[in-house]
Amino acid sequence: MTLNRRDFLKWTGAGAAAALTGCAGVPGSGSTHARVVVVGAGFGGATCAKYLRQWDSGLDVTLIEPNDKFVSCPISNWVLGGMRSMSDITHGYDKLSGYGIRMVRDTVVAIDTGKRVVTTRGGTTLGYDRLVLAPGIDVLTDSVRGFAEAEAAGKVVHAWKAGPQTALLRRQLEAMPDGGTFVMSVPAAPFRCPPGPYERVCMVAHYFKQAKPRSKIILLDGNADIVSKKPLFTDAWSTLYPGMVDYRPNNAPIAVDGARMIVTTEFDEVRGDVLNVVPRQRAAEVCAIAGARNDSAGNWCTVDLMTFESTSVPNVHVIGDSVGAALPKSGHMATNHAKVCASAIVELLAGRAPDPTPVVANTCYSATSDTTAGHVAHVYRFESGKGYVAQPEGGATPKGDARNFGFAESWSKNIWADVLT
Amino acid sequence: MNTHIALICAAAGLGLSGIAEAADVHIRTIAATCMSCHGPGGKSQGRNPNLAGQNKDFFVQTMKDFRSGDKAATVMKRHASGYTDNEITALAEYFANLK
Repeated sequence: MTLNRRDFLKWTGAGAAAALTGCAGVPGSGSTHARVVVVGAGFGGATCAKYLRQWDSGLDVTLIEPNDKFVSCPISNWVLGGMRSMSDITHGYDKLSGYGIRMVRDTVVAIDTGKRVVTTRGGTTLGYDRLVLAPGIDVLTDSVRGFAEAEAAGKVVHAWKAGPQTALLRRQLEAMPDGGTFVMSVPAAPFRCPPGPYERVCMVAHYFKQAKPRSKIILLDGNADIVSKKPLFTDAWSTLYPGMVDYRPNNAPIAVDGARMIVTTEFDEVRGDVLNVVPRQRAAEVCAIAGARNDSAGNWCTVDLMTFESTSVPNVHVIGDSVGAALPKSGHMATNHAKVCASAIVELLAGRAPDPTPVVANTCYSATSDTTAGHVAHVYRFESGKGYVAQPEGGATPKGDARNFGFAESWSKNIWADVLT
Repeated sequence: MNTHIALICAAAGLGLSGIAEAADVHIRTIAATCMSCHGPGGKSQGRNPNLAGQNKDFFVQTMKDFRSGDKAATVMKRHASGYTDNEITALAEYFANLK
């Protein structure tokens, strides 16, 4: 099925919206009727689609996403701690249509970057002037021997994409007897959400402390040390959960046996009652389909960080966790990529120069209990030839507190609203 | 001086209005990044303060106090320190006019 402009207007009512707002009166509006296709409606993609339409109501914006609901990775560890339910982190996309964004619930299977056409599994073809890829990560389940089988059998999950695996891991923790062992394994960086593994340990420890106080946690880290917010987490483990957390650096998993419930590392076989193995990751497959997964190892996407346009494929932009850059892979960061990218696309399509010195920021909270949290925050300024340079005074809290916990809750409400409404 | 500006504009392929727009685009995009924590349109859904309609002088002074440490903060000393004085003034104006 090929969609023409009439179909687009009929299905979305975008024509009515454009008539009401009056393109000519919108500051910065190019009113080009150029077509932008955004792939992936997570933190990055949904934000990009929304701000594209907000900043140029003349653009035709289509957002392609296979899932019918947004499930937030940030705060999903809180579900494991029993502090939130799946419904608390699950939100609809319905309000985005108010921006005149056309949602297509499908998966992209082919991209002709020469003719600038995207094809979905359902057979929809969409032409574009600019394409934005915001698909997040693929988890490389074959990188740990036995993981794919254990995952298919429902015995071992990664739960590194919020959704059914988050709920299953919570049920496994609930079913575990007091005195049991939870074994988590973390890959070598880079991976999605650098503080995520350590926050997850805090959340599981919080749950065990309430419900199963004789239980233990073993964290097998493929890195030489805690990757993010080390003082925050080591303080929480020693003061809030003394004797519960056994942290083992330089312990990347080689194999997992879901029948015997064993994780094998280079040094050891570690048995657990609940295993949570997080394999290595890379930019999702659609980036490779576009020819944009172009770093030396073929894992991540290299972009011009001023516009987030691929360094190898013209008119294709990549934002969020798929980008290979010295920036943290966080949901917050993805929304900031999205805004800089949307701004650049609006200017480029209108024949103007994009902002030569964009500024992005990251704010990332991790809970250490049901009342305490810490943060890491930085402002990054783009400098030609250097990329994004972290500004002075950025950094992390050494100890969790109630004030940061309150702001973490508030942050989640505001960022979900900013992405989806 | 004017000749210099005209030459720079010509070199960049921009008219004078283009320069003004470039500045607006820079501030508009930074303002949007503030909204990740302070809510869409600068209207907060939680305990982070609203930025929409915020008094301009109060905004500038608060950002400077965050920077100096005169005002206690969690993340805001880190954020306020990352922007130039000109950007803070322009952001104050942007949010004051946002209803």
